[in-house]
Amino acid sequence: MTAVTAVPPRRRPGNRQALRLLVLVVIVAVVLYPLLWMLGTSVKSQAEIVNNVGLLPERFTPGNYLDGWTNFDIGFGRFFLNSALVSLLTVVGNGLSCLLAAYALGRLRFRLRKVWFTVMIGTLLLPGHVLIVPQYILFRSLGLVGGDWPYLPLLIPHFLATEAFFVFLMVQFMRGIPRELDEAAKIDGASPYGVFRHIILPLSRPALVTTAIFSFIWTWNDFFRQLVFLSNLEDYTVPVALTLFIDSTSQSAVGPMFAMSVLSLLPVFLFFLAFQRMLVEGINTSGLKG
Amino acid sequence: MALTTAPGPTPRTGPVGPRPTRRGAGRTRLGEGLAGYVFLSPWLIGLMGITAVPMLLSLWLSFTDYDILTPLSEVRWVGLANYERMFTADPSYWHAVRVTLTFALVAVPLKLAAALGVALLLNRTWRGVGLFRGLFYLPSLLGGSVALAIVWVNMFNRDGAFNSFLALFGIEGLPWVADPDWALETLMVLAIWQFGAPMVIFLAGLKQVPTELYEAAAVDGAGAWRRFRAVTLPMLSPVIFFNLVLETIHGFQGFTAAFVLSNGTGGPVDSTLMYTLKLYIAGFTDLEMGYASAMAWVFLLAIALITAVFFSTGRFWVHYSDGEDA
Repeated sequence: MTAVTAVPPRRRPGNRQALRLLVLVVIVAVVLYPLLWMLGTSVKSQAEIVNNVGLLPERFTPGNYLDGWTNFDIGFGRFFLNSALVSLLTVVGNGLSCLLAAYALGRLRFRLRKVWFTVMIGTLLLPGHVLIVPQYILFRSLGLVGGDWPYLPLLIPHFLATEAFFVFLMVQFMRGIPRELDEAAKIDGASPYGVFRHIILPLSRPALVTTAIFSFIWTWNDFFRQLVFLSNLEDYTVPVALTLFIDSTSQSAVGPMFAMSVLSLLPVFLFFLAFQRMLVEGINTSGLKG
Repeated sequence: MALTTAPGPTPRTGPVGPRPTRRGAGRTRLGEGLAGYVFLSPWLIGLMGITAVPMLLSLWLSFTDYDILTPLSEVRWVGLANYERMFTADPSYWHAVRVTLTFALVAVPLKLAAALGVALLLNRTWRGVGLFRGLFYLPSLLGGSVALAIVWVNMFNRDGAFNSFLALFGIEGLPWVADPDWALETLMVLAIWQFGAPMVIFLAGLKQVPTELYEAAAVDGAGAWRRFRAVTLPMLSPVIFFNLVLETIHGFQGFTAAFVLSNGTGGPVDSTLMYTLKLYIAGFTDLEMGYASAMAWVFLLAIALITAVFFSTGRFWVHYSDGEDA
């Protein structure tokens, strides 16, 4: 053999890196294929949907979007507005109520604080499905299901800080705000309300933004609660409306169904593009710190 | 870190009296105690009204034959009948339990394995790693939606994209989503496809592993596999534990995709009858809310039990290094 073998028998890092990159590219292709396929199918004609299952349409057929938009008695615009309303109000509710609770649990000293903190941690793992039946009964007995304010059953829990995950996230975040600031403000005569208003609230902005983004995305994608609590077509949100396509089993609706599916994911995708770094790093790793 | 800043009263003036109180400190403490409850009140109301009372209500309902149509005052107490029916007289209940366990036992380990594998591939920083990480994370954001479930069902249809991929290799595919033997598997693939969220957590964990450990192991002559077994896995075990608990509980609650695939029935032939779907059908399709409440309580206890098992076995394999910075 040649002199090259004098080098210790180790693959060259360059080759290794290339192999690694190749594997990653293949995985990316597998991961992205369903999304691209969805996009492609949404602009295929009915005939093509059956015959051509490839990524690209032979003939670009944007008409599916129009057909889907007007497929039901009520246009999809209404469903999008409904989803936006529910999601945005959930953002407000979660941000507000979870910040208040987190300030109390993470920063103030009062009786039973430790007990409440433990209870809050306990509710972190409580599956929402367990409470759906009694919550439905309670909201219904209050006349709040399918009435003039159809979204109250979806929103009220979020204005009462029941999403323990965000409370926990904010408590963790507040641990990073130096306590000296509170102390200094107190010496200057600030009350706990003043400390909240002038120190905690402004400094918690990053945690609030993370909470807002995830509240929006999770509510926008949520299906179970919306399915249970929304009973009138005009109150339907996008995910519930999408299932109407499945009910109408006729094959002809596949194109419009895909078109509306694409549109329904668009806000989440835009959030992803805008806040990619924050989404990836923010919430997922926050549970590990502290 | 939080502990070091705890503001204890500093006895600057030597050992005087019981406590070197500042002016008005007593009042501040009282004010703070009140303020604590003021700030906590929305959460407390939520805890009572949205969580605790419904839980108790559901416990009571589970011993009744309540359906939404009769008023609560005329509900009949049936004792343990709901539980009896569930465990002895409703085969589809046990079927749902089996479907859910199968789903979690297969999908969760595979998802975590995929997440760890890709995280290890990405763990060397070079240009473009952020892009890959972002792309892999995308399915975790979109995958739980109705829209993606719809796409999935169509992809695994008889004439869906997956079969045309198989056709490239001369394999004739099945109508996967319509086949009782395969429908649940397509949902598992959908779950595994969303490996990005645990992957991000693994990546954060891998960053915390001190490189000196690898260097020391390499000096001692450990190969790549040995280094993975002896350094990476133990150092990563808290993160693996965290992901395992989270994903298992998450896996038990799979609902959306099963609902979309079966149009809310759990079919074909109950093959996708996840527990939560069974609960939904009992409560909101059949309106047997007493029965559904019994199911909910068993579900809650099962999840609590599984979490407890995780935490009690965790100390045998989860390695916490003491010097961990907070």
